[in-house]
Parts: sequence; structure tokens; C-alpha cells
Amino acid sequence: MKVRLLDIAHARSGDKGDTANVGVIAMRPEWYPLLDRALTRERVAAHFRGVITGGVERFELPNLSALNFLLHGALGGGGTLSLKTDAQGKVFSTAMLRMLVDVPEDEAKRLQLPAAP
Amino acid sequence: MSRTVRVAAGQGFWGDWLEAPRRQVEGGQVDYLMLDYLAEVTMSILQKQKERDPRMGYARDFIGAMDSVMPAVADRGVKVIANAGGVNPPACADAVRDVARSRGAAGKVTIGVVTGDDLLPYLDELIAQGHAFANMETGAPLGSVRDRVLSANAYIGSEPIVEALARGANVVVTGRSTDTALTMAPLRHEFGWGATDWDRLAAGIVAGHIIECGAQCSGGNCLYDWRDIPDLANVGYPIVEASADGSFVVTKHQGTGGRVSVHTVAEQLVYEMGDPHSYITPDVIADFTTIHIEDAGPDRVRVHGIRGRAPTDKLKVSIAYRAGFKAVGTLVYSWPDALEKAKVADRVLRERMERLGLRFDEILTEFVGASATHGPLAGTPVDLPEVQLRIGVRGQDRASVERFTRELAPLVLNGPPSVTGFAGGRPKVEEVVAYWPALVDKSVVTTKVEVLK
Repeated sequence: MKVRLLDIAHARSGDKGDTANVGVIAMRPEWYPLLDRALTRERVAAHFRGVITGGVERFELPNLSALNFLLHGALGGGGTLSLKTDAQGKVFSTAMLRMLVDVPEDEAKRLQLPAAP
Repeated sequence: MSRTVRVAAGQGFWGDWLEAPRRQVEGGQVDYLMLDYLAEVTMSILQKQKERDPRMGYARDFIGAMDSVMPAVADRGVKVIANAGGVNPPACADAVRDVARSRGAAGKVTIGVVTGDDLLPYLDELIAQGHAFANMETGAPLGSVRDRVLSANAYIGSEPIVEALARGANVVVTGRSTDTALTMAPLRHEFGWGATDWDRLAAGIVAGHIIECGAQCSGGNCLYDWRDIPDLANVGYPIVEASADGSFVVTKHQGTGGRVSVHTVAEQLVYEMGDPHSYITPDVIADFTTIHIEDAGPDRVRVHGIRGRAPTDKLKVSIAYRAGFKAVGTLVYSWPDALEKAKVADRVLRERMERLGLRFDEILTEFVGASATHGPLAGTPVDLPEVQLRIGVRGQDRASVERFTRELAPLVLNGPPSVTGFAGGRPKVEEVVAYWPALVDKSVVTTKVEVLK
């Protein structure tokens, strides 16, 4: 079953130089293991292909049911050098939440995940 | 019940809500009002202002804020801690003293002034001694841009603020203190936490991180359940109620809007996060993977369990340097074929600039309404009612950037049709002041505290 990340997680993003960070938080703690499994570094790098020029780092915060991603080369030079509308990376959060996650039917049912429309 | 200390956040950046400081001291009992004014590029703006007028160079908004909270400071014992001093804390302190005088509170305000973060006067000496100030992102030595440096300030920690409070200050004005130290310092002062009490110091830093962006932890900019966050027009800014053991509750005044929940706090905790195991500050390294947050009633979140460890022997330095010029201009194209028209206009403009031989380091075109913020992730738009064409240029040659600002408006009459939204006039040419993050040995930075009765 396809599940929208938007329906199972919330997120906030910010900047550090030319790097955007995206913190992704499971809406329910019991959904965190799914995020942890689905949002690999490779999957996130593939999602942002063509959007960022550098690599992706991934950190786990099970205490907050959250993952933190650093997206390098995301902000057109960053800070005042950047010409981008989103020079501070404020809405990389919602760009991340566009991702669709594949979940086995029985697991989706057990976790009561909302299906993608 | 054990004693708690209440620290209220009243500004998350220079430009934040002018009402917030007063609302924080009038909405209920607080012990400290914490005001954070400095972002990465703010110091350079202030440095330019100081060059024009030696009495300037601090966050002027702070003077209005002090005026609005003076009764609470003078008569109710609320203390204020702010990094509003920018590149000129003494001038900022003078202005605060003037406000106190005009309010008849001169004898009731003792100002602590923290200086020593400004490295600009010693920069060449330090470079000569072998401090390279290598760029933390690129590794380049500062020598490559030395002649264009506008400001250089070390991020300093809680120590001098604690000293100012111990010496009786009820208003503490600093320069480039870390945002988090402004919250941790009063807790350290009140509870007598030692300089190596890593877990408690880390807890103070986490408390600071949660409230340093003002309402961004109390319902503002919160994605979770955003439609149902109540009464943002009346949003309550956050308050930390801290205990001596380092645990604390995040809350806000009763009767205010917004929300404090595990969701709003979690979103702020991950904001601008790097490696969560190592949130490095001058005082302590906090481990964000040890933070426990739990619901503690309506608009109350309890935070505990935080671990910290010894900091490094370096301080981060914020250096600003002149890096050329830029301008950004926009036009709006309407249905039908709004995106296609905007794309044609972009091609026409670029061809004209090329023929003129204009020189830029970068030209960036965005189509606002179609793909400006999410790029290809936004998919293919269908039949948009309008698209804003947004073009920015950046380069070392000011004349080229100036000429770009003259090339946009003609498109209204000599480019593709159905265009509007040019009433703002020509784009403004701005000097780019770029940020150069570096590290320096702690031993070369000496902070100083002056207490003005």
C-alpha cells in the first residue's frame, strides 16, 4: 500500500550555510520504526535528486520519534549569497513530505495508516 | 514544591513581534525576559551602521522593548537578558539608561555590559600568530577575503552573563553571545550550577534552543495540526519553568493563543539541527538524543533526562565579508499559458543580457507558483491561473547588476503578453555581505563584564 509521508509525519527544516536540515517526526510514536526503515539515506538522496547538489547525512532520534537529515548543497550557496526564494531552507520540510512510502498491507492495517488518496 | 525559575522568550530574531516582550512580562509571573536579536548576518549590518555613526551598531528594537517592559523591570524584579548589543554593547547600554531615566527608573536599573566577542581589532594580529580562521565549509583560509572583512565576532557562552547577574545587574546586554546562553546563564546563576555540571548545563542549552525562536515552539510555524492551533492572533510566546535538577516545563501564559504540545516542541527541537549527538556550544556539548519530552497538561510539556559533556577548546567565529552585488526582480504572467509565457520572458531577458555582455557569477530563474520552492518534486503544473517570474543575479561587477535592474521592466511592453505585477518599480541593487564561519582557540578570546549602576 502507498502511504503519503505527509499523513504519518510532520517536519521542520532550517539552514546552516549551504546545507538544509530536515527533521522528520512520526505523528505517532508507534509509526517511528516504519519511518526509520523507509527513510534511508539513499531513499532521501534519490527523492532530492535534481534539487540538491551535495550528499545526504542521516541521524536518528528515537527519543523524539524523529530522524534528522542534512541535505548538502541545497541552498544555492546559502545565507546572503543565495538567490533562491527559500534561501533559508524553510520549506524543504514539506518537500520531504511529498514522498510516498510503500508499506505491506497487513502492517499498514495493524498501524492504522491512512492510505494515500 | 521545589523552586522553579521562569525564563520567558520575547524575541526570536531582530524583526520579531514588537508586542511580545511586553506581553511576556504582563501576562503572568516571570523571573527573566530573554530577547534574542542576532542572526548570522546581523552583525555585519550593525557593523556598517556603526561605521556611519559610532553611537550605533546595536539592535534598536531592543530600546523600544525596554521602554515597554520598564515598569516590570523597575518595580517587579523582572530581569532582562539580551544579545541586542550587537557590535556596540556600550552604546546599547547607554540607550537603555536613557530609557530608564525618561521613565523615572534610573536608580532601579543596573546594566551589565558584556564585551570581548569582537575580534575585528585583533584580526591581523591573530592571523599573524598563525590563526587561519579557515572557512568551516570550504577550508579556505581567511587571507583570501581578508581585505573585504566587515566584522568578526566569537560566539561567547554563559560565563560573562552569569558574572553580570552575580554582580547585581538586572539588565544584561551582550554582543555575539550564543542564543542558547541567554537562557542557560540565568538558570546557572539561580541554581548555582558549576562550570563542569555538564548535564545541567546541557539542559539549560536545550531549554534555550526550544525558546530561542520565540513562538516557533508555541504554535507558530507548526505544521502538525496547523488548522486547529487556536488563536494565533493572540499567540503566547514560550516560557521555561526550570528546576535545579535541570528538568523543565515549556509553557506559555494562560489566556494566550497558540499551543505548547509535544508536537510543537519536537518541531522546534529539530530546527537547524546538525548531528544531534553533539550540539556544540562554548559551555557544553549537549546530546539531543537524550532529551525526553512528555505531555504535562494543557500547554505544558515536561523536558528531562538531558545529558551533556565537556566542550571543545575552540569557539566558533562569525565573520562577515563583502562578496559582490545582487538584485532580484519579478513579473507576473497570467492565464492562459502563464508558465510558458514566463519561460519565454526568461529566455528573452537572458539573451538580451548576454548580448550586452553583462557579467554575473550566477543568474537564477524561479517560477513562483509552479516550482520555486519544491523544484521538480512539485510535478508538472496544469493550467495555472498565474505564475510569478522571479529572476536574481549576483556578481562582482556592480554595473552589470545595475543594468539587469533596467532590463526587466521593458519586458512589460516588448516581451510576451499578459504580464503585470511590476508596480514595485526597478529591483534594488544590494551589496552581498556573506558569512564566513570559522573556529578559533578559546584562549585568545577574553570577555569583559562592566556593571553600570
